[in-house]
Amino acid sequence: MNPCKFCGQPATIHLTDILHQQKRETHLCEACARAKKIIPDQPGSHIDLHGLVQLVMGQSDGADAAAPGSLTCSNCGLKYSAFREEGRLGCAADYDEFAGPLATLLERVHRATDHCGKVPSRKRATMGLSKLKAELEAAIAAERYEDAAVLRDRLRQKEGPDEPR
Amino acid sequence: MNLDSLLPNLGEWLRGTGPESDVVVSTRIRLARNLSDIPFTTRANNHQKAEIEQRVREAVAKSDIAPRLEYLSVMGLMPLDRLFLVERQLISRELANALEGPRGVAFDTRESVSVMVNEEDHLRIQVMRSGMSLEETWEQINAVDDNLEARLPYAFHERFGFLTACPTNVGTGMRASVMLHLPALGITKQIEKVFKALQKINLVVRGLYGEGTRASGDLYQISNQVTLGKSEPRLLAEIREVIAMILQYERQARSVLLKERRQAEHDRVARAIGTLGSATMITAEETMELLSAVRLGIHLGLLDDLPPTTLNQLFIHTQSAHLQKLAGKHLDGEDRNAERAKYLRNRLRDLGAGLA
Repeated sequence: MNPCKFCGQPATIHLTDILHQQKRETHLCEACARAKKIIPDQPGSHIDLHGLVQLVMGQSDGADAAAPGSLTCSNCGLKYSAFREEGRLGCAADYDEFAGPLATLLERVHRATDHCGKVPSRKRATMGLSKLKAELEAAIAAERYEDAAVLRDRLRQKEGPDEPR
Repeated sequence: MNLDSLLPNLGEWLRGTGPESDVVVSTRIRLARNLSDIPFTTRANNHQKAEIEQRVREAVAKSDIAPRLEYLSVMGLMPLDRLFLVERQLISRELANALEGPRGVAFDTRESVSVMVNEEDHLRIQVMRSGMSLEETWEQINAVDDNLEARLPYAFHERFGFLTACPTNVGTGMRASVMLHLPALGITKQIEKVFKALQKINLVVRGLYGEGTRASGDLYQISNQVTLGKSEPRLLAEIREVIAMILQYERQARSVLLKERRQAEHDRVARAIGTLGSATMITAEETMELLSAVRLGIHLGLLDDLPPTTLNQLFIHTQSAHLQKLAGKHLDGEDRNAERAKYLRNRLRDLGAGLA
């Protein structure tokens, strides 16, 4: 039997979660689960989903553990905790300011953390060649041929003049 | 623009033509885009929203987007006109009523391209086409997007792609929806099974007017859930594959209906026409249900004289704002149901009531 993550007593509550394609299990005893508000004090009531999400989000990895509600965007002043409540970001800079916890969230929502698709023409020149090549290899390896075709075209565009035809 | 001039037209999505139009009503793709140097709409003040509006209007005016788009400010519109645009799928309910401050929409007279300004994102570009048309719709919206991008600094991130106010839209910012008419799957009680399968592969099913709305008249919108980590062509290919499957199921169910209960179906269609042509009070919802039966009747070959475009006209003209515009006056509850019934009686009489 697995011991409780917090006190080492035999665990009776088991949470399973998948993050970055890795299965992760958390084991808790009833007393600690109550203390962490994952299950309510009164027996028979509903599970505290919010507490559960908090626990799973809060313990994921280093970057996320350091993503407390007090994290604030220096550009628009939005607090990460406010984003978590309302579900809307405040400005483009939030994606850099909250990059760590956002990547975790995006992995959950989209099962991906990196864009693979259209790039605005004015950004194409600044997107690194090596990044494109890495993406292309990954796309081919995963047999995502439509993506690979897009990336190949983009690479050709960039390399264009130097490439012998 | 005088909105009343649109009233006799059907709008691109109700043209009733296009590939697979026996099942597919329309195809729609939208792209969410934001300007990099102004906070997202929820955190922008009215001054900033006015600036966004001004810059987008200029970009649209200077662009070579064909057909030409004309801009309408939502703040300057009466509630009835706002609802009219919602019914024609040119703006969202949120843009019409829930949001505040400077906002609006640019669209063409054919009603195939629309650009909402200051919705949840600074720009919500949308292209609609009649029938199943994901490739052509993507080509057109991609060109509109290029055109605007040449004149506006989009918020784009090397890792996360096009940045959006809600992380569920980030990456491509693309939502592609196909609107399907699935009456036979409903009658044969297979529809739940189909939708359960869809959810497993990350596609979303919604009612006629988008998020949170109930499916009525057997109309369903199927769209992609994921926007990050897959290219636009790949996302479209995934939807296309699933739609092809659903088309096959719906057509199979229709042929079973014809084979096994032709008489009963014929009766159902005839009764629907009968009710539409003789009721003195009728709700929008009942109208949609009955028109759905008639639509199926047309495609099963149980009705000869009614072209799908006429049916679409009955469908749009019996919606609340359209009905009030046609009547030329404001109508509440019961009066509206009476007016709707009157409109349907008159139209069906003109069309020749012996349809069935």
